[in-house]
Amino acid sequence: MKTILSGFAALAFVFAGLAGPTFAAEDAHDQAEPTHFPIKKPKELDWSFAGPFGTYDKGQLQRGLKVYKEVCSACHALDLVSFRTLHDLGYSEAQVKAFAAEYTVQAGPDASGDMFDRPAIPADYFPAPFPNAEAAAAANGGAAPPDFSLIAKARAVERGFPTFVFDVFTQYAEAGPDYIHALLTGYEETPPEGLNVPEGTYYNPYFIGSASLAMAQPLFDDMVTYDDGSPQTVDQYAKDVSAFLMWAAEPHMEDRKKTGFRVIVFLLLFAGLVYLTKRKVWSRIEH
Amino acid sequence: MAGGHSTYKPNTAFERWIDKRLPLPRLMYDSFVAYPVPRNLNYAYTFGGILSIMLVAQILTGVVLAMHYASDTGLAFNSVEKIMRDVNSGWLLRYLHANGASMFFVAVYIHIFRGLYYGSYKAPRELLWILGCIIYLLMMATAFMGYVLPWGQMSFWGATVITGFFTAIPLVGEWIQQLLLGGFAVDNPTLNRFFSLHYLLPFMIAGVVVLHVWALHVTGQTNPTGIEVKSKTDTVAFTPYATIKDSFAMVVFFIVFAYFVFYIPNFLGHADNYIQADPLKTPAHIVPEWYFLPFYAILRAITFNIGPIDSKLGGVLAMFGAIAVLFVVPWLDTSKVRSAVYRPWYRLFFWVFVLDSIFLGWLGSRPAEGTYVVMAQVATLYYFAFFIVIMPVLGLLETPRKLPGSITEAVLARNAGSAAALPDGANAAPDKNA
Repeated sequence: MKTILSGFAALAFVFAGLAGPTFAAEDAHDQAEPTHFPIKKPKELDWSFAGPFGTYDKGQLQRGLKVYKEVCSACHALDLVSFRTLHDLGYSEAQVKAFAAEYTVQAGPDASGDMFDRPAIPADYFPAPFPNAEAAAAANGGAAPPDFSLIAKARAVERGFPTFVFDVFTQYAEAGPDYIHALLTGYEETPPEGLNVPEGTYYNPYFIGSASLAMAQPLFDDMVTYDDGSPQTVDQYAKDVSAFLMWAAEPHMEDRKKTGFRVIVFLLLFAGLVYLTKRKVWSRIEH
Repeated sequence: MAGGHSTYKPNTAFERWIDKRLPLPRLMYDSFVAYPVPRNLNYAYTFGGILSIMLVAQILTGVVLAMHYASDTGLAFNSVEKIMRDVNSGWLLRYLHANGASMFFVAVYIHIFRGLYYGSYKAPRELLWILGCIIYLLMMATAFMGYVLPWGQMSFWGATVITGFFTAIPLVGEWIQQLLLGGFAVDNPTLNRFFSLHYLLPFMIAGVVVLHVWALHVTGQTNPTGIEVKSKTDTVAFTPYATIKDSFAMVVFFIVFAYFVFYIPNFLGHADNYIQADPLKTPAHIVPEWYFLPFYAILRAITFNIGPIDSKLGGVLAMFGAIAVLFVVPWLDTSKVRSAVYRPWYRLFFWVFVLDSIFLGWLGSRPAEGTYVVMAQVATLYYFAFFIVIMPVLGLLETPRKLPGSITEAVLARNAGSAAALPDGANAAPDKNA
């Protein structure tokens, strides 16, 4: 046992020695020539849906939907989300119908073979702002704005060792909304000295791909009117739309966590019973 | 089966009728009820059972997922999202299947390390070990192809990188790659054949598992002492002893599994796989699933040419070699003593090997640059040295500790300290009623 322990100690020492300079190298950041992105890690926020008993805040999701509808949806599609799922946000059937009817979708062909436009119904999906990716790219300086259906799960800033180990126990699964919030609130007017920001892009140290992105700061104070008295600030808008996008990406999360609690309680009780049976059986012999 | 003649006694006329025509109940009884297992097995020995149930779970969830999945590059990504959003409990099925693959590998790695620690591969269990290695290879192929099916960015680029390995093979490499891809790049034919094979391979695994269990039942299980079973007192009946112990381990394993599925279902995945595959956009870092990372690190550790072998072929050879070396482990280990319990030096090198493998896994997730490369080279060197140098040499040099006379003796000696607490006449022999 002693050999093992001392072996472990020696090994840990060697690894620490090797790893130390690496981490140091990773931390050193040249402001003018950043080598890896994002330049700044997103701040961890408190989300109502975090943790084993987390639930979506319906008011927040409704506000987020409003921000998406009035701001983001001008460029970003939400292809995988259908209007009928907006029930989850606390809307009644009539409200969902009315909401859908504000959109126009192409349908058909009709009996004479013609396509026609009609108001959307709950079974329809959010119509995309552009007819195809090429049109989206052409209208946005060559970079097609990404679809938002899964964006909250498709963006995660690397956590690094040992944080990713702790994440297992803290159940950290909010990297997506944290990132979206950080990006939306993280635009900076003046990039650090010496940093070359290509024309038509905007400096944002929280952007995951490079030092700047093609999207200009999209949110400003008082841009969207909230009717529930929530502050009309960029920070609040960013939080709300991030929560909404988390819901869009993972609509069954509440169900998942609720089921999970029942499953785990059952398994714990069952494990206890099986363990007692095992003890009883094995008590017949020495082992 | 091991242990000689069958003890199955058909009790009813119906059972006798069946037994004369197809003695399947007899086979089951002899294999899973009366089958003698060493009485000193610890929980490290429960992972075989856990793996069997994980295979069944993966096949069940997989078959249902296949009912909703479309293996077409234009449809695949959205069909998976349809499962996540619209299919009843579809999110549960998919998260069970995706995390189930990870848990399968967690279990298989513990199972393999257990085999290495207790010398389970040594004569007469060489074939048992090799069959296990074949299962592991099939698992890797299945998991790799399964990861391509959701048609996300990592699916696509992982498939591109991994099939690209084959081009390093001289003469036939390009041909093999094109055969795998069904074309010159990862595309619809690739997705279709991967889906087909992903459905086929688990049943091949099941077939090899039957052989693996058969071989196990011929030689009997090893045990922590590494001493063969010598008398009846060394063993207990599979049912109820092993059955109940395995069941408990399975339930505990399921708790861990459920924790991942219900609370952090995407922890083991990669965010980029929620972006639909785009052949024109390469992700910043292409990384395989976590269970391949050690081999990925070994692949990238070879950054230099060795004579006529360039670094690309060298990396591929090292990566495949890291798996191939497992097949010859029974002949690399020269020790006369089976279990690491009685081999203090081997035990030390073994645990360093475990840490080395984990370290390689971490390095596999890092970009191949700077000090990472050097660290990966050192770790790769130890990986191979463990098998090719330490195993053969240590077996000749090491003085093992004194072995107990039998399993029973080992159990009684270990319990001697706590035996006082047991009531008088605590059975030294297995219960007669068992």
